[in-house]
Amino acid sequence: MYEAATPHISKEHREFLKKVKRKNVLIRVTQFALLIVFFATWEIVARYKIVDPFLVSQPSRMLKTMMILSQNGSLFMHIWVTLSETIIGFTLGTVIGMIIAILLWWSDFLSKVAEPYLVVLNSLPKIALGPIFIVWMGNGEAPIITMALAISLIVTIISLQTGFKEVDDEKIKLLKTFGATKMQILTKCILPASIPTIISAIKINIGLSWVGVITGEFLVSKAGLGYLIVYGGQIFKLDLVMTSVLILSILSALMYIFIVYLEKKLIRWR
Amino acid sequence: MNKIMVNLKDVSFNYHTLEGETEALKNISFDVYEGEFVGIIGPSGCGKSTLLSIISGLLKPSYGSVEVNGKIGYMLQKDHLFEWRNIWQNALLGLEIQKSLTEESKKYVEGLLVKYGLGEFKNHYPNQLSGGMRQRAALIRTLALKPDILLLDEAFSALDYQTRLAISDEVYKILKYEQKTAVIVTHDISEAISMCNRIVVLSNRPAHVKKIYDIVLTCEDRTPIGCRKAPEFREYFNSIWKELDVHV
Repeated sequence: MYEAATPHISKEHREFLKKVKRKNVLIRVTQFALLIVFFATWEIVARYKIVDPFLVSQPSRMLKTMMILSQNGSLFMHIWVTLSETIIGFTLGTVIGMIIAILLWWSDFLSKVAEPYLVVLNSLPKIALGPIFIVWMGNGEAPIITMALAISLIVTIISLQTGFKEVDDEKIKLLKTFGATKMQILTKCILPASIPTIISAIKINIGLSWVGVITGEFLVSKAGLGYLIVYGGQIFKLDLVMTSVLILSILSALMYIFIVYLEKKLIRWR
Repeated sequence: MNKIMVNLKDVSFNYHTLEGETEALKNISFDVYEGEFVGIIGPSGCGKSTLLSIISGLLKPSYGSVEVNGKIGYMLQKDHLFEWRNIWQNALLGLEIQKSLTEESKKYVEGLLVKYGLGEFKNHYPNQLSGGMRQRAALIRTLALKPDILLLDEAFSALDYQTRLAISDEVYKILKYEQKTAVIVTHDISEAISMCNRIVVLSNRPAHVKKIYDIVLTCEDRTPIGCRKAPEFREYFNSIWKELDVHV
């Protein structure tokens, strides 16, 4: 971007680059400082009993909980259960959503027929379906994954469908002047033009899949971070609850970073 | 007389919407001869683009007949280069769609890119190119299919005025050099006079042919920019302006 490698940049330009760089460093430092101050304050107010550590837990106790859980191996088991459920739910939601959105793009008739159903399903709080999933599928991972799917699927369909429709009609006309088939219009234009939409749908989907999996685990589960949170809450072990929440936020952040990385790889032409 | 490339006979076209039927074109007849540049000019919204869509076969006329002898290439208002493809991939798009990507056709496109100054920009993406270069790339994408007749639908209207003058000059030279026939839809009277051998003036909707001008200009340098110096230029301009009968 900046042609920093060129030997003859003017002094003014060098000053400008320095200023930009300094600002970026300052942003990063402040971000880290905020995090440290937050945890440090938490630790101090809990240690000096300004707030009751029984109710709010304490970073050092969370660390201890994490150690105990990881020593008997159950921490990774719980993480793995939740993570795998989320990845499966997210993948199913994205793939099935994409297929349905393509079908709806393909057939205007189908899309018109489906419209009221999509609207109703979209506004329905999917958590209400939880007990039904449990009755139908038992208390294993299936209802949890289905919950994640139910929460993310309709949103995926609607946002992809809107994205497909927003592709410039003139681009499609151009392909038609070449004599393109509908399949060619889909693969050469609609899908590649919608990559930014697809990525943003994926970003939303990741968040929603986490919501779906954790709610699913709240309702019925034998393992997973959602299970730990509910279990910890029931026996008033806030250390366990806070630790699980912390791990959860780290995991979802990591997954988000992975998608941003993917986005950079896929959209080189921007 | 030269070979007739496009023959329109009493072409009419109606649009259907829930509110009713709109007559867009009414009894339009004219011919386009080989090597000729025909301009179509008319008030905005009169159905000029519809006429091009009919010539290209994208739309079927409600009445009348269209006969086209040769392969058609279409240039739209904007370049519509696909942002996610580099210039080389964009130039090959039409060949890809028609499944005629061969070593030979690739070589032909490569030659066109080099000939028209885009050889070094093959691997660039459209947003790295200037408006003029993008337009040239779009033209090469059309020429790649070796069309005999080019339909230009306000092909320069998205460009700023200076670029537009330069590009229309360039496109004119390229098309003449490649010995193409062209039908040029525009709302720019000067552009039409400077580029075309004949100009078809259409009326308001429903559009019918009001008048056909044979453009004969006395100028040494028969390029769009050179032509603007011709003494007849102003006369044609005034006459067409009157014919268009614009009221705002």
